[in-house]
Amino acid sequence: MAYIPHTEEERRQMLAAIGVEKIEDLYKDIPESVRFPDLQLPGPISEMEAMGELQALSEGNLEVSHASCFLGAGAYHHFIPSVVDHILRRNEFYTAYTPYQPEISQGTLQAIFEYQSVMCELTGMEVSNASHYDGATALAEAAIMALNHHRRKRHKVVLSPAIHPHYRQVVHTYTQGMGLTIVGEESCENGPEKLAAMLDEDTTMVAVQYPDFFGNIHDYAALAAAAAEAGALLTVVVNPLALGMLKPPGEFGADIVVGDGQPLGIPLSYGGPYLGIFTSREKYVRKMAGRIAGETVDSRGQRGFVLTLTPREQHIRRAKATSNICTNQGLMALASLVYLSVMGKQGLRKVAELCYHKAHYAASKIDALPGFQLWNKHPFFHEFVIACPGPVGEINAHLLDYDILGGYDLGQDFPELKDHMLLAVTETISIEEIEDLVEALEEVSHA
Amino acid sequence: MPEPLIYEISTPGRVGITLPEPDVPLAELPEGLTREELPLPELSEMDVVRHFVRLSQLNHGVDIGFYPLGSCTMKYNPKINEDVCRLPGFALTHPLQDPETAQGNLALMYALQEWLKEIGGFAGVSLQPAAGAHGELTGILIIRAYHLSRGDDHRRKILVPDSAHGTNPATTTMSGMEVIEIPSDGRGNVDLDELRKHCGEDVAGLMLTNPSTLGLFEEHVQEVVDLIHGCGGLVYGDGANMNALLGIVRPGDLGFDVLHYNLHKTFSTPHGGGGPGSGPVGAAEHLVDFLPGPVVEVLEEGSEEEPPLYGLVMPKKSIGRVKAFHGHFGVMVRAYAYLRIQGKQGLREVADYSVLNANYLRVHLRDTYKVPFDRVCMHEFVAEGRWPDAPDVHALDIAKRLMDFGFHPPTNYFPLIVPEALMIEPTETESKATLDAFIEAMETIAREARENPDVLKSAPHATPFGRLDEVRAAKQLVLCCKPLEPVDQS
Amino acid sequence: MNIPEDLKYTESDEWVRVEGDTATTGVTDYAQDQLSDIVYVEYVADVGGTLAKGEAHSAVESVKAAADVYMPVGGTIEAVNEALTESPELINSDPYGQAWLVKFKISDPSELDGLMDAAAYKKYCEEREH
Repeated sequence: MAYIPHTEEERRQMLAAIGVEKIEDLYKDIPESVRFPDLQLPGPISEMEAMGELQALSEGNLEVSHASCFLGAGAYHHFIPSVVDHILRRNEFYTAYTPYQPEISQGTLQAIFEYQSVMCELTGMEVSNASHYDGATALAEAAIMALNHHRRKRHKVVLSPAIHPHYRQVVHTYTQGMGLTIVGEESCENGPEKLAAMLDEDTTMVAVQYPDFFGNIHDYAALAAAAAEAGALLTVVVNPLALGMLKPPGEFGADIVVGDGQPLGIPLSYGGPYLGIFTSREKYVRKMAGRIAGETVDSRGQRGFVLTLTPREQHIRRAKATSNICTNQGLMALASLVYLSVMGKQGLRKVAELCYHKAHYAASKIDALPGFQLWNKHPFFHEFVIACPGPVGEINAHLLDYDILGGYDLGQDFPELKDHMLLAVTETISIEEIEDLVEALEEVSHA
Repeated sequence: MPEPLIYEISTPGRVGITLPEPDVPLAELPEGLTREELPLPELSEMDVVRHFVRLSQLNHGVDIGFYPLGSCTMKYNPKINEDVCRLPGFALTHPLQDPETAQGNLALMYALQEWLKEIGGFAGVSLQPAAGAHGELTGILIIRAYHLSRGDDHRRKILVPDSAHGTNPATTTMSGMEVIEIPSDGRGNVDLDELRKHCGEDVAGLMLTNPSTLGLFEEHVQEVVDLIHGCGGLVYGDGANMNALLGIVRPGDLGFDVLHYNLHKTFSTPHGGGGPGSGPVGAAEHLVDFLPGPVVEVLEEGSEEEPPLYGLVMPKKSIGRVKAFHGHFGVMVRAYAYLRIQGKQGLREVADYSVLNANYLRVHLRDTYKVPFDRVCMHEFVAEGRWPDAPDVHALDIAKRLMDFGFHPPTNYFPLIVPEALMIEPTETESKATLDAFIEAMETIAREARENPDVLKSAPHATPFGRLDEVRAAKQLVLCCKPLEPVDQS
Repeated sequence: MNIPEDLKYTESDEWVRVEGDTATTGVTDYAQDQLSDIVYVEYVADVGGTLAKGEAHSAVESVKAAADVYMPVGGTIEAVNEALTESPELINSDPYGQAWLVKFKISDPSELDGLMDAAAYKKYCEEREH
């Protein structure tokens, strides 16, 4: 009996105390016809055997440490200092529940408060929640927050086409029952000026990404001004690691800043769990979904922290709650907090700059290859688009022979970008790996 | 003693991690787009370690002591889970890498889908939702999409029992539907007469938690399901309380059309101080095409020599993505390990011993605490934290005093239909010795409530912190700390 | 439990004081006691807006609960009590005086007939206590 401590004798005593002969007697309320199904599941195995099986499964994958990873598109392979996982493995952190009893949860609560603080500093916003599931759901909740801010009197959302395709899909899924019109994504050409032109008094929110899905860094100041004039909220989806180097959206007029914290100390893990960042200006805090920790004092006069503004949440507001979110991404928020603490002011800037310089070097070398061309016309951070001489899938198959994980095939989301590849270069990539990539691509251009 | 904040420990110039210098020529930084200030803390690695280790010591966790939070299923988190999800072959795979290079991951996800289908009695499972509430939203959107696909666009009502978790009505509102609350009867079931009144052509469905948040199996579950189906509605199951049902009964066999599972409750993945969880959704045959995607399917059957080829496929009439990428894969690996070790027989034992433990506590506490629905419970039960002859003592005071005995309190004030509720769920991983110690503490507290109520009202005493002022936190909102002004070093 | 004689009451725990064709409304002593420490008041109605009987004009939040406050009868909002944004706790200390929420011009005086007087409201509160 795995993890179940009862002895035969204890079971007997407990059944006697309850007043039944066997445990089956406790299931009288279950309809007999469907009771005790014979589940078609494998039988139990030992921990040793399970470990062997899982090891074998894990070896059925190509892992990025055995390849040079140039694949990004919303999930990035970064260096994670050892400290991060050691803290995540503290039993007191990972086997604790949501801190509803603050007296014995100050570790979790203070960590949330510190996480909220660093997120505000990074994004230039004034308040942060304790996390969302991921960047995509955070964006969807931003749309709902904007809707509630306007008391459901505005029904249009403007979405930049240069926001991650998954994120935009999630916004559509979340809002399908809300009678909204979502515009902006129809054409790749809809840059900030075109989006600004779509704003009107029925627009509740306009959202853009920074850097955008193609790596471009735009100046959104004019769009921010247009949004303010139309009374619409400006939401900026960020890569928080890029904010180690780039001007934070708080400085150019964003109302809400969301994003995914995966680049901050969270492994790729085949897509999750990641970290939804959600920050905004203080005036919107009562419409913000999710848990929020606030500072207070205890009965002994000590500074402490509690979950606050709880009447927004589902367990109190129920049908009128701003969102249904309950469990969030507590441990991943802790991971990003530890990462930012140990990287610090100097380290984060340095990582961002390493990514920037390596990406630009790679881009310039690839651009020089016949048949390949750099597509970006704006400054970019660590991702860029290359127009390729043939299908991206074939090029990537070729690269795999050299243990290189090539970039993302943009043609699958943007038909006008067929044969265009989105490449990311992080601090984990050496100059030798870049040169190997260039050499391998050169073989393609000569083919 | 309080731990300083990271900004208070921060010292200008301290460095944690060193990084190599760029090995490439430097590119020009984009003009006008870089930031001047980056107000992050400056700490050494040891500063960071000491800070977070000391913070952790201010927490209670399952690995420290009993944590009987009702409806949360705070069972033991097996350590093998923590090791396997960190295997580089899992942790270092990119969600968008060619599926042919991630067959190990896809095989794991496929197996998990199949096992969850089998456990719940469903025809299809999506692993994409990130948490229970996320699964609920998914389920209600599926119900909505199903009705719309049949041209049934006037079904806007979702029936929700008054004992339901707050996420249920909140989810309904998010989906653009209307909540109709159905009262419970004197035995803690959904009131059938009230339910019958509301069943009509405008009902999209019912959200049902079974066992309920009172820990009781719906005595008329078949009738409830038949009533809803009879008026053309669908039944959504909140699977939070599945711990009691493993190998006992399958919601799909009871007629549930769609249900969410909580991997971080029933399937032993850790709660993490508030996540990450994972809320897969199971669907009956007529709803399988609406599941969020992509889901994992077998693209090419395997043979003696070759394993099957797995791929990611979007269901034909999917409600769409509910999340970027595939879901919480790192949590799925943990659940897979758990299911593999438990196996078919182990899961049945999980249910048996969770129900045994809960009933053991119930029969020992019911003379000291009123148990309003005192019939055989499943994996949890609800008691009232109040006595007529101790009018100043509330459930909150009992909860705070329990901390002095080294226990995390049970869930307070939920479900709403029991005044001063204490919802107690021991789980199957607790020993009789722990339960006996808990009973003793609860009995002591009941005595103290009459003899010395002040010790309850001023509890906790033995914890690092006393009661925290929640009113102050709500009135004087301090939600961030700012970096301290740097001391002039010149 | 304070239930002034000169006021009328709703089943959702609002009081109303009628002065000619205008009225003032707020939440009762019973309501503030149920909610406990009020920390926030939000006005959802605009001055000049017309609301029907039963429509929410504001929301009050305490540490453990949140409640919408409804128009006792239909009317056009003339003023909202700005003082409560600074000092929401006035609702707890002076629910019928300084903590009025909204002043409005009554749309249809006959709707007042459907409200409870002090004695009826007192009985209603007593019946609810279990």
